[in-house]
Amino acid sequence: MSKYTEDDLREELKTKEYEYGFYTDIESDTFPNGLNEDIVRAISKKKEEPEWMTEWRLQAFRAWEQMIEPEWANVHYEKPNFQAISYYSAPNSKPKYDSLDEVDPELLATFEKLGISLDEQKKLAGVAMDVVVDSVSVATTFKKTLAEQGIIFMSISEAIKEHPDLVKKYIGTVVPQKDNFYAALNSAVFSDGSFCYIPKGVRCPMELSTYFRINQAGTGQFERTLVIADEGSYVSYLEGCTAPSRDENQLHAAVVELIALDDAEIKYSTVQNWFPGNAEGKGGVYNFVTKRGLCETNAKISWTQVETGSAVTWKYPSCVLKGDNSVGEFYSIAVTNNYQQADTGTKMIHLGKNTKSTIISKGISAGKSQNSYRGLVQVSSRAENARNFSQCDSLLMGNECGAHTFPYIEAKNKTAKIEHEATTSKIGEDQIFYCNQRGIDTEKAIALIVNGFSKEVLNKLPMEFAVEAQKLLEISLEGSVG
Amino acid sequence: MDLKDKLVSSFLAFENKVDVESYVHGVRSEAIKVFEEKGFPTKKEEAWKYTSLNSILKEDYSVFPKQENALEHRDVKEYLIHEIDTYNIVFIDGKYSSHLSRTTHDGMDVCLMSAALNKPKYRLVIEKYFNKAASKDSLTSLNTAFSSEGAYIHIPKGTIADKPIQIIHFSTGNESATMLQPRNLIVVEENSHVQIIERHQSLTDNPVLTNSVTEIFTRKRAIVDYYKIQNDTANASLIDNTFINQERESIASVHTFSFGGKLIRNNLNFYQNGERIDSTLKGVTILGDKQHVDHNTLVHHIEPNCESHQDYKGIFGDNATGVFNGKIIVEKEAQKTNAFQSNNNILISDKASINTKPQLEIFADDVKCSHGCTIGQLDESALFYMQSRGIPKKEAKALLMYAFSNNVLSSVKIPEVKQRINKIIANKLGVNIGFDL
Repeated sequence: MSKYTEDDLREELKTKEYEYGFYTDIESDTFPNGLNEDIVRAISKKKEEPEWMTEWRLQAFRAWEQMIEPEWANVHYEKPNFQAISYYSAPNSKPKYDSLDEVDPELLATFEKLGISLDEQKKLAGVAMDVVVDSVSVATTFKKTLAEQGIIFMSISEAIKEHPDLVKKYIGTVVPQKDNFYAALNSAVFSDGSFCYIPKGVRCPMELSTYFRINQAGTGQFERTLVIADEGSYVSYLEGCTAPSRDENQLHAAVVELIALDDAEIKYSTVQNWFPGNAEGKGGVYNFVTKRGLCETNAKISWTQVETGSAVTWKYPSCVLKGDNSVGEFYSIAVTNNYQQADTGTKMIHLGKNTKSTIISKGISAGKSQNSYRGLVQVSSRAENARNFSQCDSLLMGNECGAHTFPYIEAKNKTAKIEHEATTSKIGEDQIFYCNQRGIDTEKAIALIVNGFSKEVLNKLPMEFAVEAQKLLEISLEGSVG
Repeated sequence: MDLKDKLVSSFLAFENKVDVESYVHGVRSEAIKVFEEKGFPTKKEEAWKYTSLNSILKEDYSVFPKQENALEHRDVKEYLIHEIDTYNIVFIDGKYSSHLSRTTHDGMDVCLMSAALNKPKYRLVIEKYFNKAASKDSLTSLNTAFSSEGAYIHIPKGTIADKPIQIIHFSTGNESATMLQPRNLIVVEENSHVQIIERHQSLTDNPVLTNSVTEIFTRKRAIVDYYKIQNDTANASLIDNTFINQERESIASVHTFSFGGKLIRNNLNFYQNGERIDSTLKGVTILGDKQHVDHNTLVHHIEPNCESHQDYKGIFGDNATGVFNGKIIVEKEAQKTNAFQSNNNILISDKASINTKPQLEIFADDVKCSHGCTIGQLDESALFYMQSRGIPKKEAKALLMYAFSNNVLSSVKIPEVKQRINKIIANKLGVNIGFDL
């Protein structure tokens, strides 16, 4: 091969289509577009939900009607028309399968394309999958093993039916219906999601994992996840996403609630690779997510995220450190390329004594993208000896992208110790030169440097995800450096 | 009638008194429209999230001082840096005091804004610079609408001002509540150098609200050192808007020392319109009681190869609140920018609070930008070390606080100003250190 120049790289990146973009035609049971009380009721009815749940949804809907879409985020996009979205879509044949043979073969093919063979998954590494295709879970594995330990891991609609007490007690406690515009919308129309309960003192033996897929044109996805770790328990939860490639903007407004009771620990990892739009910035997923965890005494919640996809990301996984000695962590890599926009960060609310939080955020922007870190560290007047460390590093590639940092720090207690630092830089020519000198070509050198830059976060991911994430980083950034 | 209506309606009366033909008339009329439309900022605005003006806007301020008040030099001597020879521009309740001032037209203009606005010989300068750097936000517009008096400093090409210039605003409190709107214009031409000290001082406990705007233009290779001393009484509030427009290779630094006042808001804006510019923004804030200080800084890097250095230290006791909102924007063209920002805070009381928001907005890739921000306490072991060597706890604490603010003090270039600041800090902390930093 002749000399592989930067221009070649850039060209290759431009022409590189979304690798995981495809669309499977599954006959879907889709509601008409639009949103009103009847639709909310119909969703609830469709899900065979009890009366209290319907009421809860309606409360949220009424609150949502009064709200206006927030505009403070540093992103610009065409606002979705909420009346032009269908709020429910489920794969047509949706009996509860006992074995894979009963599953719609076309759906199985979808999984195969995505590289998830359920059989293989069963054998592999002990990862139980609750696969969500267009909002209804169609296959759950390893349920039995989990059940033996008393762990409940099922779709939230099933949980509403089977464990109404637990759901009723905890849903909306961390992210109230009226929390924000998108949380209210989600509360009103959420179609499905995962529910997980780890009983007292149980250490979940495997990484729980949900793969989200958006698979029906014009269907917004409204996932609701509720994870409860009872006293002294531990769970590691994985969430990962890829979506079909298409021109129409898709809205995704998920809500994730984590509750870590006394001495419990929850580790929540996300790899997000939704369709970011093509090289002209057309299409792509809008990702407006509300994620929040509540820590009771001695509890710990750790968020790890690798954000490479979506046209617009608006996401702030947060920790409310309510109990004394609780710990909140946030590790994030956000990569934006082409016309992507990401406004992401975290909130650490210190309420209890001796609470600690760590924030490590790495932003990488390339192409014409905009990448913002927005975070809040708040120490209330009763939070004695609160400790926070934040580090936000940004890496810029090319002079058409932007990196922004908006940290908010509010301290009301004199014993608080808060540190925040942020840097912005580019990949040094000397670093690349050093690699080139030693026979590493520019592209590999960049991958190497980016990997080094993100190492602190990648290290926090569970094994299976770390590999995938590393690959994603390389794909997202290939050749984007000048 | 609330303050906004009062101001808007008194504008007509104000405008009738002055020359309607002048260039400034148009600027003022535009500005009052902006203010009328926007009103006073509220906490709903992002830039005012942590600072509420409600408590100071409810006073019934007299907008135009009714009588001229005089002060004797010996009564106000302590507020002047009198140890060195300086030019003084002194205002009492917004009116120029020729008795206390020392101005010049010899080789440079150190005089009054009112003169500059009215005399034809300054017309070209006014038309070129007046309101050209100031932003169009509501408070600045309000000041623009009422701009009539303040300091006018014009240093011609290749001149080094032979002595520092002090701009001092006294308010006598002879009226129950006073609102002052001084307007300063400082133009430093090519290769010139000037040092300026600014102070606002209230002499009684009657409420004073000062909404001040200062525009500074530093032309090619000019050097400007600006010191703001804010150590006012418990009912004096200050909204200080400073806009610095720098041309290439110029060096500008602003030091802000905030030790007192009810509410102080510093809007400090640097615009770098040229290459190889150096901007320095530093500040020490030591507060107690129910005081509130809000530092809102902006450094706009527009062209390549520029630098900016920001260093703000804050110590907050009692019920004091501190706000730091620092923004650095690096435009796409501003490659090779070095921008540093650091904000360190110490909370020494349970009821004090600090809100800080250091922001970076970067559109260029070949830059070095960093910001750091800490909130912490005095080091217990260092205190113990000193106490075990016979230094009383109070002094030991004061020593640590001195050390904490030393980074900022060390770059003060007028020794007498540094001494004065030291003295104020010592008073504030209630100790006698017996040495200078």
